[in-house]
Amino acid sequence: MKILVCISKAPDTTSKIAFVEGNTKFDESGVQYIVNPYDEWYALVRGLELKESLGGTVTTVTVGTASDDATIRKALAIGADDAVRIDTEAKDAFQVAAEIAAYAKEQGFDLILTGKETINYNGSQVGGMIAEHLDLPFVSLATKLDVNGTTASLEKEIVGGSQEVEAQLPVVVSCSKGMAEQRIPNMRGIMAARTKPLNVVAASNPEQLTGFVSYELPAPKAAVKMIDPENMDELVALLHNEAKVI
Amino acid sequence: MSVLVYINSENGKVAKNALEVITYGKKIGDVVVVTNGSTDNATLESLGAYGASKVLVDRAFEGADAQQVTRLVAKAAESTGATTIIFSNDLIGKAVAPRLSVRLKAGLVAGAIDTPDADGNIKVNVFSGKAFGNVKVNSEMRIIALLPNSFQPEEVGGTASVEEFNGEAGTAAVTVKATKKPEGSIPLPEAELVVSAGRGLKGPENWGIVETLAQELGAATACSRPVSDIGWRPHHEHVGQTGVAIRPNLYIAAGISGAIQHLAGVNGSKTIVVINTDEEAPFFKAADYGIVGDAFEVLPRLTEAVKKFKAAN
Repeated sequence: MKILVCISKAPDTTSKIAFVEGNTKFDESGVQYIVNPYDEWYALVRGLELKESLGGTVTTVTVGTASDDATIRKALAIGADDAVRIDTEAKDAFQVAAEIAAYAKEQGFDLILTGKETINYNGSQVGGMIAEHLDLPFVSLATKLDVNGTTASLEKEIVGGSQEVEAQLPVVVSCSKGMAEQRIPNMRGIMAARTKPLNVVAASNPEQLTGFVSYELPAPKAAVKMIDPENMDELVALLHNEAKVI
Repeated sequence: MSVLVYINSENGKVAKNALEVITYGKKIGDVVVVTNGSTDNATLESLGAYGASKVLVDRAFEGADAQQVTRLVAKAAESTGATTIIFSNDLIGKAVAPRLSVRLKAGLVAGAIDTPDADGNIKVNVFSGKAFGNVKVNSEMRIIALLPNSFQPEEVGGTASVEEFNGEAGTAAVTVKATKKPEGSIPLPEAELVVSAGRGLKGPENWGIVETLAQELGAATACSRPVSDIGWRPHHEHVGQTGVAIRPNLYIAAGISGAIQHLAGVNGSKTIVVINTDEEAPFFKAADYGIVGDAFEVLPRLTEAVKKFKAAN
């Protein structure tokens, strides 16, 4: 089975979020980049588990510049067989998805996995866009994925519950919490990652449909009002009269 | 300007986030709603109260298969000539809107929290709620996916005309085998009130005091990441950077210290109440109301206070 896992870098979850150049650009100074947790913990690890039980290969694909190579090596250290980097700085999810779809089109992947969203842009867009480009079924926010022959069986989140679904391969899946457990790369994996193939391919440069013109930070919160733990009537009164939420 | 709004109306019911997107659409232009399934005409006509002038309904299929809904909305966009298409950024919107964006070459603004400004830019949540971004759409058509609970439904009066519509939705490539919806519980992403707890509760057997308060308030329950990781609570209750991001009107957190990753998932909440034994807990800095105290005493006391309040009002 040929599995493609889409990997993006994201700022470490403890990063301080700030903007520069008149609030038009994310301030990268001092920011440590990691593999986007949803891509790594769920999509990549589940891909590796399926490869281990059913055979096949796991390839990662990233749309980015040479500055992404360190996070790509991390994915290789966790166990991917090889990596592809599409050499461009994409401006929005549409461009990322169009690039990945253009690459994947002729490669015959059985499964294309993405994380449910990146933790920096939270768009949750790339998986569905790839699926539409390739005219494939798409299962979003899957929490379980098994493959039996040419059938994928999944469990996915729906509003207020969950659903068991089936689709014929090839299929695009966005992976959510519950699908797999995080794997820590060992020394052997880290050593092996240095020599695994990281193929840089040219971009197809699709049009740009959207873009960020500026960013802003939320207004600082007013000071917390402390309430006597013995006096919950006061809290309820404040929630009703002042906050007007109950 | 004609605006097309997709709503899901499964089981004959229209959820609150459907009314939110109609209200939002009405602020931009004349709203045509597109939906599918067997919801009766009277229910669909009543959407006029929130600003819909017309409802197109495809009776040929039930459910919310992403490919079918994509075809339906694309067809409705063609027939109405709408250049703005609106979804709720819920689990259906997240599956359908990206597909439609590719199909129509329409720029997608996902996670919108405000109406377009004078330049047409739209504010979205980024960095898991730690910042906002303003998105410009370059394409002629645009799709906006509105973050649930960002806009409250507003009644403007009126009734909508309902028209049967053939969306040529085709067949579903993904087959649904079983659907599980726990009875009686309130879905977390849509909840207006949320009661949440963390490791401070010491064990899953102690969640009764959380559930009792939630029940009394009509709130959903949530938890911190460690609690879902060790299996005290189900994964879908985990709020935070790697769990669900929510924007309720009221978020009550008991026994959660408030790590930056947890705050990312909840700092869109309108009002935050923090209950913690440690007065140095970082969560107090993000709270509107703070209580230094033991959750095992404070939560039952709060439940009683809510009961008393409800009896008096």
